Amino acid sequence: MKSKIYIVVLFTASFIILAFVSPEDPYFLISKKDVRLTIPKGFPEPSYTFKNNKITPAGFVLGRKLFYDPILSKDSTISCGSCHQQFAAFSHIDHGLAHGIGGRIGKRNVPALQNLIWNKEFMWDGGINHLEVQAIAPITHKDEMDENLDHVILKLNQRNDYRIAFYKAFKDSTVTSEKMLKSLTQFMGLMISANSKYDKYILGKASFSEEEKKGLALFRNNCASCHKEPLFSDNTFKSNGIPVNTILNDVGRKKITGIESDQYKFKVPSLRNIELTFPYMHDGRFRNLTEVLNFYRDSTKHSAYSDPLIHKLSKLSKEDMKLIHAFLLTLTDKTFVYDRRFADPNFSRKQ
Amino acid sequence: MMLSHESAYSQKPKSNSIEINFSHYVGNEVLKLDSVIYKNALNQDFSVTKFKYYIANIVLLRKDGKPITYNSYYLIDEEKPGSKKIVLENIPIGEYVSVNFTVGVDSIDNCSGAQSGALDPVNGMFWAWNTGYIFMKLEGTSQFSSSPYAMLEYHIGGFKKPHNCIQTISLPLNKSILIANNYNKTIEIKTDVLEILKTPISINFSTLSSVTDFNNATIIADNYSDMFSILKLNDEK
Repeated sequence: MKSKIYIVVLFTASFIILAFVSPEDPYFLISKKDVRLTIPKGFPEPSYTFKNNKITPAGFVLGRKLFYDPILSKDSTISCGSCHQQFAAFSHIDHGLAHGIGGRIGKRNVPALQNLIWNKEFMWDGGINHLEVQAIAPITHKDEMDENLDHVILKLNQRNDYRIAFYKAFKDSTVTSEKMLKSLTQFMGLMISANSKYDKYILGKASFSEEEKKGLALFRNNCASCHKEPLFSDNTFKSNGIPVNTILNDVGRKKITGIESDQYKFKVPSLRNIELTFPYMHDGRFRNLTEVLNFYRDSTKHSAYSDPLIHKLSKLSKEDMKLIHAFLLTLTDKTFVYDRRFADPNFSRKQ
Repeated sequence: MMLSHESAYSQKPKSNSIEINFSHYVGNEVLKLDSVIYKNALNQDFSVTKFKYYIANIVLLRKDGKPITYNSYYLIDEEKPGSKKIVLENIPIGEYVSVNFTVGVDSIDNCSGAQSGALDPVNGMFWAWNTGYIFMKLEGTSQFSSSPYAMLEYHIGGFKKPHNCIQTISLPLNKSILIANNYNKTIEIKTDVLEILKTPISINFSTLSSVTDFNNATIIADNYSDMFSILKLNDEK
């Protein structure tokens, strides 16, 4: 018994010492200014307002720590950041379907995380109705982290570093699901992408090439009714006509609503940072943008479920698609994918 | 609003209180988890391994028609005896003739993000992939079940039409309860698991052994709307 106590004391002491001696890399320090929410010019009012979840540096830092910690998964092998990579606008680059613990494969492509506070419904089928509860889904899904929420809370409560981080963020060291989810929301909610070449062009701070200008005009006439500016999605559910994958047999929105006409409808994804979020579509079936644009142009490939709005796309020429392609590349936001606030703090430059 | 039931029952009632006790039955027998074999209306054997449900919006109706409303949520769980007791305090003086409540979680609280107390998703009453609370969870086993491992699983919830499973329960008291200063009264409510499996529709385990989303949910919800009855009143002071 006595030796047990000694081990516990030693263990705790070493933690405390480590916490004091390891110098924090200033690159990852988060100031009050870093967590100030600024609505980009021309953007609508967000759906999620942080009214009941005031953002603080400590809350944001806790959310970041959780986002990049594999402790959220059942076998401590994957974190949120494993499949939501910053350099890919928080999508999973070059992975068609979502990957989980133990090599498990999900049914859908990992969506980018950006401008989430303008969403009312989350996931490809819109099954989740609030940003704060969104993270419960990947944590508990058997093909993703496969963990129980109560067990996550238990594990976090056993960790001194988390008790301290929760205290700093919420003035209470007891870990609860509400606090965990709210801090994750502070971190993810601030992931705002609004500094692409397109944004600068709209604000008159950059110029477009002739190709890009023509591409934008074509985009506005043919694509923007669903991929509505400035978020590049109207947040509705549509069938874009891709043939049903008979292996996955994913009915999409119907799974949530039970409504027959919602069969094979999926959320209209934002096109921001599209250059970085390949492969494409809800099941990641298209490897590159050329494949996507060729698909839209070729009406013979569209399924019987396709939304009438895509019919007109078959009138576009190959040249038109090249111009639209050129325009889509202006939606890449390097400031966002290199923003130090969202970087994984475990990769300290001082290590 | 989100007052957890733990804080409510850990205190001794101070003044003018009514304690509501839920007693779980299967027909005329007291519910025992795991060990006892019961029979449904179709004479099919079954056992119960889990039974929990949300109670909310408790209203005590006074004889003069004034409703006294309590907005907390309570998760009643057979595995946690303490959860089966609700203490309502600071009840205005008067004669009470009915106790009403809802089974389930109101629409607004299904759309409000991260919550705590009885509505904390760690309680296992939350659907992660199609946001919403499970209002009533009944699990068990039956040799008649068509599910793997002979399981019975009824996870009932849903707050949107046409899959709305919220039920409003009204239990008139056969004898009114008088509340005066420092009166502490008790209402014993019987919750009958058998009623979840019958009236209006008798559940056949071989055809409906699992309900875990909106499909068939309202069938079970309609069934459980009559699972409550007044067992007895303790009208002593």
